Amino acid sequence: MDLLLENLDLVIFVVLLCLGYSAGSWAERNHYKAIEAREQELLDMAVVTAEGSFPKNNVTQAVLVTGNAVVSIDYFKRLLAILRNIFGGRVKSYESLVDRARREAILRMKTAAKEQGANMIVNLRLETAAIGRNANQKKQIGSVEAIAYGTAVRLNRP
Amino acid sequence: MILTNVDTVPGKTIVEHFGIVQGSTVRAKHVGRDLMAGLKNLVGGELKGYTELLQDAREEATQRMAEQAQQMGGNAVVNIRFATSSVAQGAAELFAYGTAVRVE
Repeated sequence: MDLLLENLDLVIFVVLLCLGYSAGSWAERNHYKAIEAREQELLDMAVVTAEGSFPKNNVTQAVLVTGNAVVSIDYFKRLLAILRNIFGGRVKSYESLVDRARREAILRMKTAAKEQGANMIVNLRLETAAIGRNANQKKQIGSVEAIAYGTAVRLNRP
Repeated sequence: MILTNVDTVPGKTIVEHFGIVQGSTVRAKHVGRDLMAGLKNLVGGELKGYTELLQDAREEATQRMAEQAQQMGGNAVVNIRFATSSVAQGAAELFAYGTAVRVE
């Protein structure tokens, strides 16, 4: 017991690490499952990055739709990423972070377009920004925001 | 007010250009939200408070841009772009800009 109290810093560190690992990977698995399910659901909503790829003369409505998501990385993965900084190479933990944020943002944009009664989104643009306390420090990424926006158009199907 | 991020308003013709319009807002989170976000930073996952905050802020920036376009006499804004930047610790600037036009 004394030994634990003497090394309280270390104990807290290990506890946070375990918590980050278990809760983080559980949350990520669930999130990916939800993303994939909704992507299947919204498959009929076409999204293109091109501007002029729709029949211009039978558009009945055009509105701007946006979607955004802020996703944070867990304690364990942040440590992994810091270690990666020493050796270099692919930082997998950050890859999944931005991937989740971006796909979530696109899904929200699609949902918004569906609510407007649109059936196609043209000129999709994606943007990411570092958010939060660590945003101005070069070394660390705390959380990222992904924005997806585009013009939702309703086409009169012939 | 019609807002699009393509060159034209699909289905309509542009009759007049008024030039660039912009809107921006700087937002910071309140202490409670920051605390929650700090906790969430340990376990990872979506920061819902921030997502909502940034969405609201972006809507306001867009609104300001639209008002500016209206003052110029336009009824649509085309080619809209968004940008986010962290101006200071704990504050973010949301910025929207586009071209004000009049359509028929």
